[in-house]
Amino acid sequence: MDIEIYTNLAYIVAAALFIFGLKMLGSPATARRGNAFSSMAMLIAVIAGLIGSQAVSYEVIIVGILVGALIGTLSARLVAMTSMPELVALFNGSGGASSLLVGWATLYYSEGEVVPTFTAATIVLAILIGGLTFTGSLIAYGKLSERINSAALVFSGQRVLNSALLLAIVACAFLFCMEPSATSVYLYALLGLALLLGVMAVIPIGGADMPVVISLLNSYSGIAACAAGFAVGNNILIVAGALVGASGIILTNIMCKAMNRSLANVLFSGFGAAKTAKAVEGEVKPISVEDAYYILEAASNVCFVPGYGMAVAQAQHVVKELGKILEANGCEVSYAIHPVAGRMPGHMNVLLAEADVPYEQLVEMDDINPRIENVDVAIVIGANDVVNPSARQDPDSPIYGMPIINVDQARTVFVLKRSMASGFSGVDNPLFFGDNTRMLFGDAKESISGVIGEFG
Amino acid sequence: MDIIFLTFILVLSVFLGFELISKVPATLHTPLMSGANAISGITLAGAFLAAGATDNDMASWLGGAAVAFATINVIGGYLVTDRMLGMFKSKRGQ
Repeated sequence: MDIEIYTNLAYIVAAALFIFGLKMLGSPATARRGNAFSSMAMLIAVIAGLIGSQAVSYEVIIVGILVGALIGTLSARLVAMTSMPELVALFNGSGGASSLLVGWATLYYSEGEVVPTFTAATIVLAILIGGLTFTGSLIAYGKLSERINSAALVFSGQRVLNSALLLAIVACAFLFCMEPSATSVYLYALLGLALLLGVMAVIPIGGADMPVVISLLNSYSGIAACAAGFAVGNNILIVAGALVGASGIILTNIMCKAMNRSLANVLFSGFGAAKTAKAVEGEVKPISVEDAYYILEAASNVCFVPGYGMAVAQAQHVVKELGKILEANGCEVSYAIHPVAGRMPGHMNVLLAEADVPYEQLVEMDDINPRIENVDVAIVIGANDVVNPSARQDPDSPIYGMPIINVDQARTVFVLKRSMASGFSGVDNPLFFGDNTRMLFGDAKESISGVIGEFG
Repeated sequence: MDIIFLTFILVLSVFLGFELISKVPATLHTPLMSGANAISGITLAGAFLAAGATDNDMASWLGGAAVAFATINVIGGYLVTDRMLGMFKSKRGQ
């Protein structure tokens, strides 16, 4: 009884520190300390949990911690910044797997006792959401690292199959809760179905929608922890899980708004299935590196607009170098970042921060658009859909209504692009044919290095 | 009563979470996500119960695996978040 009081007191301290930590993550100046606060909270909660569990044997615990710590440390230290989305997906997946296992294990050590229906239901939830998060994150990892095709996989009968899957899950969950036990066949059916659900849920989602999926899976991993908390009756799991669940949902919502699509639309319809938008006609105006240099040399306000292509070309360092040269030349430089640019929320910000761009120069879409007319040159690097004026002008376009960075309203636009292929959504981009647009064809990194060379 | 109490905590935490996160600037979305992700490894605190049980092999195997997965999530998540946040520099800091 005494131990229970002390662990719960420790959990209160941990909960308070988690809240402080998350609050401090809200500003770049305090974020790092916030993360440290949050990790301290975790340490307190884990130690309290260990003491409170009154474990009799520590071998398994120690081995588990050592293995996990080794894998976690190595992957966090060794991974390249450009592979961050994949890594976050994998960490998410391991959180989900852990919740599934905790829920499942609860059935074993309460063997002999009658599991109350409520506990059984929370175990089902922990297994379902945990399993879904686990395999969903693995598929997301595969798509992000291009180990599997990142395009949306849609086949006929998919909806029927998914509906059947959901029905089967509900039925098994109900039957399991009627007679919960570790040997129930419905338990094994639920485990399999939950893992299958994760796969089925993520395969129809295309690479460009990954920011939504990652935030959603992040939210699920929190909700799964919450369910596991109910299953084992641990309140810190519930508090921390709920905080994560809520933050993931907020991010998901921001991402959906930035694409002007509902969550249901992102989750259930492979994007760009029906394309009826007007074909764009016109003449593109290519520009040489030398001419680009002359224009930039005379510019007094330049705005970079990066997209996933910048990550692929690993161009963030040369972009920053060019930005620095322009600044030295008396030019005002900013980096405008669309909320869904890249493969996870804030992807471009992290890459530019890695290249030492001070965060004051990273501007959000809503801040740059009102003053985009004062920008002499907007340099679009590997971004396409997020700067496509069809979103404003063509009601038939699949991306109509999506908020974009209005680079077409800048005085001049440079578009760095490999070729004339359309963006991820497969939609033509009238920006490329604009009067004030100049196309700088080739690898973004090489093109920018070329311009830097001209300055030198 | 216990269920009501736990649900009470859940509801308040959800509201608190919404309040805390809704003001985070877009620049910090990735660190926020990976930092929150690390917190979801809190299942570690619940995994000890099963992992430390000696009387049931299956429980301790499942618990041990849960401990390992959750530790990957916690340690990896915090380290990588710290690594990212270390890169965010102010103009004055340079």
